[in-house]
Amino acid sequence: MVDIANRQQKTAAAAETETAERKPLPRWVITLASIAVMLVLWEIFGRRVNPVFGSYPTAIAAAFWDLAVTGQLWSALYDSLRPFLLGYALAILIGVPLGLLIGGFRVAEAALGIYVTAGYAMPLVALVPLLILWLGLGFAVKVAVVFLMALFPICINTWLGVVAVPKTLIEVGKSFVAPDIVILRRIVLPATLPYIMAGIRLAVGRAVVAMVIAEFFTTISGLGAVIINSANNFDTATMFVPIIILMVMAIGLNWLIGFVERTVAPWQAEIAGRDRE
Amino acid sequence: MGEVTFLDVSKRFFLRVEGEVHHVQALDHVNFTVKDGEIVALIGPSGCGKTTALRVAMGLDPSSGGRVTVDGHEINGCGHDRGMVFQHAELLPWLSALQNVMFGLEMKGMRGAVLRETAERYLHLVGLKDSQHRRPHQLSGGMKQRVGIARALAIDPKVLLMDEPFGALDAQTRESLQGELLDLHGRTGKTILFVTHDLDEAVLIADRIVVMKNGRVQEIMDVPLKRPRPDLGVVRGAPEFAETRYRVWRAIHDGSTVH
Repeated sequence: MVDIANRQQKTAAAAETETAERKPLPRWVITLASIAVMLVLWEIFGRRVNPVFGSYPTAIAAAFWDLAVTGQLWSALYDSLRPFLLGYALAILIGVPLGLLIGGFRVAEAALGIYVTAGYAMPLVALVPLLILWLGLGFAVKVAVVFLMALFPICINTWLGVVAVPKTLIEVGKSFVAPDIVILRRIVLPATLPYIMAGIRLAVGRAVVAMVIAEFFTTISGLGAVIINSANNFDTATMFVPIIILMVMAIGLNWLIGFVERTVAPWQAEIAGRDRE
Repeated sequence: MGEVTFLDVSKRFFLRVEGEVHHVQALDHVNFTVKDGEIVALIGPSGCGKTTALRVAMGLDPSSGGRVTVDGHEINGCGHDRGMVFQHAELLPWLSALQNVMFGLEMKGMRGAVLRETAERYLHLVGLKDSQHRRPHQLSGGMKQRVGIARALAIDPKVLLMDEPFGALDAQTRESLQGELLDLHGRTGKTILFVTHDLDEAVLIADRIVVMKNGRVQEIMDVPLKRPRPDLGVVRGAPEFAETRYRVWRAIHDGSTVH
């Protein structure tokens, strides 16, 4: 027994010195290397393809420069971002309390849960014509499309988070005679935060897609308009510019949300042991 | 004052196992009293109802019959007259040790400077003055449970209810916390009802031991060891310790030879 214990201790010690000696590559180095390899491969293979059917990084960069200096890109981005940000913010402001309500009260869960589950699977594209009839072709309908696409993942995740709160933590509140509303605000809400943040992250992708859908099917405007117009002119390189901008924007937003999460809920990363990265 | 009385307390619930509904009598007409300032241990095999009894006394579970009184007043749900120490401390992970203690006090309506002072005083009492700004995951198991005890003591309850408070700790930490609990009891004079499955712990700490089995009180025994018990090592060596431990062991194992 003693022997085994000693050996285990030794291997544990050996593993520790090993990791201390071998300094692991920082994450961002790996990510940058991955991007570089991807761009080079894309460049090599993209140049062999007819420029109508595909494009490659340097051509897209040139198209980006043209759009940027004429100012076309910035006004398109501005047009896209306004409904995007408003719809997304509204989805958070309504989705989180709604999820807390549904998860926290069984009457609300029984009465409203079914709509949220169904709403998540709603084929929103099919409803756009109806939304246009209600809200017209302008700003409002774009906000509504983004809102409806982002709302459900946020709401469902919050709801699942509330359901997953350990019963014993709620009993702590009860045993100190905390009123239900205090238990919801001071125990359920913080315990649910990681789920809420995950929902908000999932919603970024859906909100970006919703924004482009809205720009395609209502007044053609913003980055969606750049995509459609350049596609109609068989200018594939220019078409890729807004697509890549949208993807980069989603990555940036994701990072920002992660930063906010680490700021408002630092204990979560600490518990998972991710705080040292 | 702080006297807890179980009067004919029963608790039934239904359990659905593989489609069959089982009728479980978790507590069957339980009667006993914990006198003011006394430490009573609830002991028995797992499933005997000892934790259920504690949860009913706290007001976390309703009883199906009978009543629990604190100083003659029948309890109705949870109350500030009882402080609960949970098995795994159950600190709120996003709050520091200090904030965890403050949480209980805030629920009692305490505000302002006195809130922080009181919380600090109780953390000091359990020996955690220097770690008060650490969050639970930065504390060891023993420190977490000290915070749990401070949180329950801080609201100045009449009774401390403890659910296997040291069961999840390693042997050394458990021993030091047992000593500290006795020390705290000596200083505060609180009535304590605690659940344990550890024979040694029951005899070391308690004045009386309630042995439960199948939801019933099997036997109530006095522990013939004097207070204070400043050195638990000495207590362990006392002949009364071994003798009482054996009596409790007998009571738990009586009639259970079938199993």
